[in-house]
Amino acid sequence: MREFAYQKAGDVSGAVALLDADPEARFLAGGTNLVDLMKSGVERPTRLVDVRELPLDRVESTPDGGLRIGATVTNSDLAVHPEVRRRYPMLAQALLAGASGQLRNMATVGGNLLQRTRCGYFTDLSKPCNKRTPGSGCPAIRGEHHNHAVLGASAYCVAVHPSDMAVALAALDAVVHFETVDGPDALPIGWFFLPVDETPHRETALPPGALITHVSLPPAPVAARSRYRKVRERASYAFAIGSIAAALDVRDGLVHDVRLAYGAVASRPWRARAAERVLAGASADAETFAAAADAELAAARPLAHNEYKVTLMRNLTVAVLSELAEEAGR
Amino acid sequence: MAVSTSSVITLHINGEKFTLPVDHRTTLLDALRERLDLTGTKKGCDQGQCGACTVLVDGRRTVSCLQFAIAAEGREITTIEGVADGEQLHPVQQAFLDLDGYQCGYCTPGQICSAIGMLGEHADGWPSAATEDVRPEAGPPPLTADEIRERMSGNLCRCAAYASIVEAVARAAEAPAASRIDARPNTKEQAA
Repeated sequence: MREFAYQKAGDVSGAVALLDADPEARFLAGGTNLVDLMKSGVERPTRLVDVRELPLDRVESTPDGGLRIGATVTNSDLAVHPEVRRRYPMLAQALLAGASGQLRNMATVGGNLLQRTRCGYFTDLSKPCNKRTPGSGCPAIRGEHHNHAVLGASAYCVAVHPSDMAVALAALDAVVHFETVDGPDALPIGWFFLPVDETPHRETALPPGALITHVSLPPAPVAARSRYRKVRERASYAFAIGSIAAALDVRDGLVHDVRLAYGAVASRPWRARAAERVLAGASADAETFAAAADAELAAARPLAHNEYKVTLMRNLTVAVLSELAEEAGR
Repeated sequence: MAVSTSSVITLHINGEKFTLPVDHRTTLLDALRERLDLTGTKKGCDQGQCGACTVLVDGRRTVSCLQFAIAAEGREITTIEGVADGEQLHPVQQAFLDLDGYQCGYCTPGQICSAIGMLGEHADGWPSAATEDVRPEAGPPPLTADEIRERMSGNLCRCAAYASIVEAVARAAEAPAASRIDARPNTKEQAA
């Protein structure tokens, strides 16, 4: 590991100024991903600016009925917050499905959004990787890719985003707020994560040196009946091979409102807009749910060893929407 | 400007203060084991995947391999050496002994610290991924075997003593003080 300077940030503007002055510095929050990447040599910062003690650790209700979530709130504290569990159960479930109890107690909301892919080639310095070393190639396309992307990938990278939390945030139209030396700014989550295209090393639209300060959730009455379901290769403590965040409001047998996002299928949390369009106003039955999944997955381009994900996501969509519709009918 | 890559830090561990110089790259795990001779905390994977290095920080369970020692300054750290009350074992320790919640014992300190933290989380009403209804109105979930397995999934046991571990955690959960760790004042000071 490269030697590094360390300092605790006293305030947000000071933290941002420190990173602006040193492009090789990094913010440190929970450290669950950054420290690991520093050990493997993928990250080699010259300086760590510890932001854990900044006053960004609160979850607050906003006057419009939404939530404002500080960037250093831990995954645990967000998952167990009564208003998250009451208004956005899919978000609580997504957080609880991620990592382990120990890691959830350390990991933060800001860090979760910025965590890197767990593609084995990305973390193996002896292998090429366009995300780590632009232009070096992507061995996953012809290699080990059973848990790689089926949607939105490119010839440059087929890695998936590992976050569970971000899948729920994508379904909930979260807004990511950040600060740079030029002041505060914000990005809707749909624009926060960039498409892969030819630049897989550019993962977010955050300006260099920006510090995520908080995430805001607009009110979403539909989310009161919502669910996050995660499929893994073992029962617990593993990254998803496919996941879904779904919210459904059914009135008189018709879909009144719906939110749908997929995880572990793309380089970013995948908002299933095509499926949502099929569902809007349609009959809330398994046939419609399957047609919606098919509409979304028509764009899927599976590789040799991950075609199962297309079937998996279709089945997940039908199962979870059917459960939510059944609950609505009770 | 010369940039310092080491510092003198003070850690609060098991009710004692330890002051020591560290290279910033030193993890809390390595500081405990290699510098402070607190070798009860074990190094398994060193990647946050096995839970052998679990310690409590400000009462919550964490893995000590993915935090730098310098970032743990000012926090109350409890290791396996600090969970008993003198000769009186912690209820979780006693339950692991009584029910054979281990075989080789390497993962055991992490299992016990994790279980203590987990029982505290449960006492605080936290749901888990095994909880059917996470809404607060549903109330705290009963600590079933499924709940224990899910909540303890961050601790691997390569001997696969899981059946006994689940029984030990369930037994300990019945003890009134099982989720408590002794919060003793920081009176003693040591230089390492």
